Amino acid sequence: MGRTLAEKVWDAHVVRRADGEPDLLYIDLHLIHEVTSPQAFDGLRDAGRPVRRADLTIATEDHNIPTIDVDKPIADPVSREQIQTLRRNCEEFGVRLHPLGDVEQGIVHVVGPQLGLTQPGMTVVCGDSHTSTHGAFGALAFGIGTSEVEHVLATQTLPLTRFKTMAVTIDGVLPDGVTAKDLILAVIARIGTGGGQGYVIEYRGEAIRSLSMEARMTICNMSIEAGARAGMIAPDQTTFDFLSGRPHAPTGSDWDAALAWWRTLQTDDDATFDHEVVIDASVLAPFVTWGTNPGQGAPLSARVPDPASYSDPLDRAAAERALEYMGLTAGTPLREIAVDTVFLGSCTNGRLEDLRAAAQVLAGRHIAESVRMLVVPGSARVKLAAEAEGLDQVFVAAGAEWRGAGCSMCLGMNADQLSPGERSASTSNRNFEGRQGKGGRTHLVSPQVAAATAVTGRLSCPADLKES
Amino acid sequence: MEPFVSHTGRALPLRRSNVDTDQIIPAVYLRRVTRSGFEDGLFAAWRTDPTFVLNLPQYAGATVLVAGPDFGTGSSREHAVWALQNYGFKAVISARFADIFRGNSLKGGLLTVELPAAVVEQIWAVVEADPTVSVTVDLAGRLVSWPGGQAPFELDEYSRWRLMEGLDDIGLTLRHETDITAFEATRAGFLPTTVPLG
Repeated sequence: MGRTLAEKVWDAHVVRRADGEPDLLYIDLHLIHEVTSPQAFDGLRDAGRPVRRADLTIATEDHNIPTIDVDKPIADPVSREQIQTLRRNCEEFGVRLHPLGDVEQGIVHVVGPQLGLTQPGMTVVCGDSHTSTHGAFGALAFGIGTSEVEHVLATQTLPLTRFKTMAVTIDGVLPDGVTAKDLILAVIARIGTGGGQGYVIEYRGEAIRSLSMEARMTICNMSIEAGARAGMIAPDQTTFDFLSGRPHAPTGSDWDAALAWWRTLQTDDDATFDHEVVIDASVLAPFVTWGTNPGQGAPLSARVPDPASYSDPLDRAAAERALEYMGLTAGTPLREIAVDTVFLGSCTNGRLEDLRAAAQVLAGRHIAESVRMLVVPGSARVKLAAEAEGLDQVFVAAGAEWRGAGCSMCLGMNADQLSPGERSASTSNRNFEGRQGKGGRTHLVSPQVAAATAVTGRLSCPADLKES
Repeated sequence: MEPFVSHTGRALPLRRSNVDTDQIIPAVYLRRVTRSGFEDGLFAAWRTDPTFVLNLPQYAGATVLVAGPDFGTGSSREHAVWALQNYGFKAVISARFADIFRGNSLKGGLLTVELPAAVVEQIWAVVEADPTVSVTVDLAGRLVSWPGGQAPFELDEYSRWRLMEGLDDIGLTLRHETDITAFEATRAGFLPTTVPLG
């Protein structure tokens, strides 16, 4: 019987298989950052173990670092200590590190693909749940905890129980103005935050095939918000074109050998998935969240739902609690919700294509007086490329702040935070209570909706803007 | 890791679904580089509300957390497991756990017990009626019991054995180091390394 893409990649990495035990899987690429690694390096040190394959490991600083005054010492002493710990650990164990200020520094999930380190058919892990991003290349990529980080550092393997497979097929063509972000928010609203539990999702269908690599990364990135271990998209010419010429992509005869393997990375026609979901792209519209988990979303044209409309008592209670936290009233049109802050960035939407899309909306316009807008490129390279195109000038002229690269307000770990009661339209991935700062309220949106919202001060899409 | 065979303790009813790891421990607490001392960050935002269940004196000292479905969603931060353990929890019961949280818990010896939502509801009712009752989570017999009821739970044999023996995963894997070395010899030459380019 045929195999799915996920099964092919899994099978190609089994080091050891024994009855009644998890498979031992080889890991091709291990990405490290400052927050989930210090305790793992401590564990190695305590046990006197080396890093088995420092040559398959790479570190960058992203979660905790400032996005302003990046050339000065980090002001917060606790954050500074964590960064210094990463630097000491990488030095001691021989791990390549791109620190703050380095041209290759950035969000770990932007840096890997940018360097060409993420390639089809690989296994990729990182102590970060958004590692699912790399699945856009047809890699099996998933987030792990610190104990597993230590395990991979020590052994370059992980014991894992086989994941189930789910096909999410997006038929048809996305309407104009509907983006990958709208699509994935609609998928999560459909299957729920726990619907993907135990699964690898393979995104398939006409709408997926027509997406750029950057848009595919946005989709796979948020697989975890549906509870899935990983998201994958079969590699195709779009993937190969993206990789060709990247610093760590194969060249010459290696490229030919790699390409021959990559072309086999398709789900066989006679393979079966454990679960299948089909969505019609042509009915999708700009999508935003109203609640406190990524499954609580609706089309921008909708109204805040009435908790009484939920039949499940826990869903109803969750909706009631979400509306209370978000300071929203059932029945309010989503377009009437006013925001204070717009955040453009993150591993979901902090790549060059995202910045271009937002800049196109903001060109010749100014953001509302009531709004502050932070634009945080996903990596130092993205920042440079954007500046080379003059995008920074568009953002600054529109009244937005142009920052250095990092995770920033996506998780509010550094100084970039919402104040209690503040409301954001954010291109990031999580609208959890307090995610962007204690008491902060988050609406997840696409870059285009973020830009239009910054202009009007209320949740809006570009089509809502009058010609300027 | 400390072996887990059976645990008996009082329970804390957390009637909320989708408790994500940002709620269990907010990001601002993740700047520490240790594995201990995270108890002050546990449910930090919710604890500012004096009526939050963790603040109620009748539940002080509870060691079994009984939560709504989809517990531990979101971020992979293992700090969530450490915060629960540092605070004193030994086991968490829920109708459904997020995969990464569940994996992190079992690695660290915090037992996650999946029970049907209706059973979780029964336990909530019993504990809320009398917060002094004890709940036993017996890994050896794969059974949760409380005054007036009991329910079996599933956990794969391998994880159960590892928890009951308190075994370290890395040590177990390194027993198969020759397999790893043999696999490495077969890896394709075109696969990338992170070695800086000339």
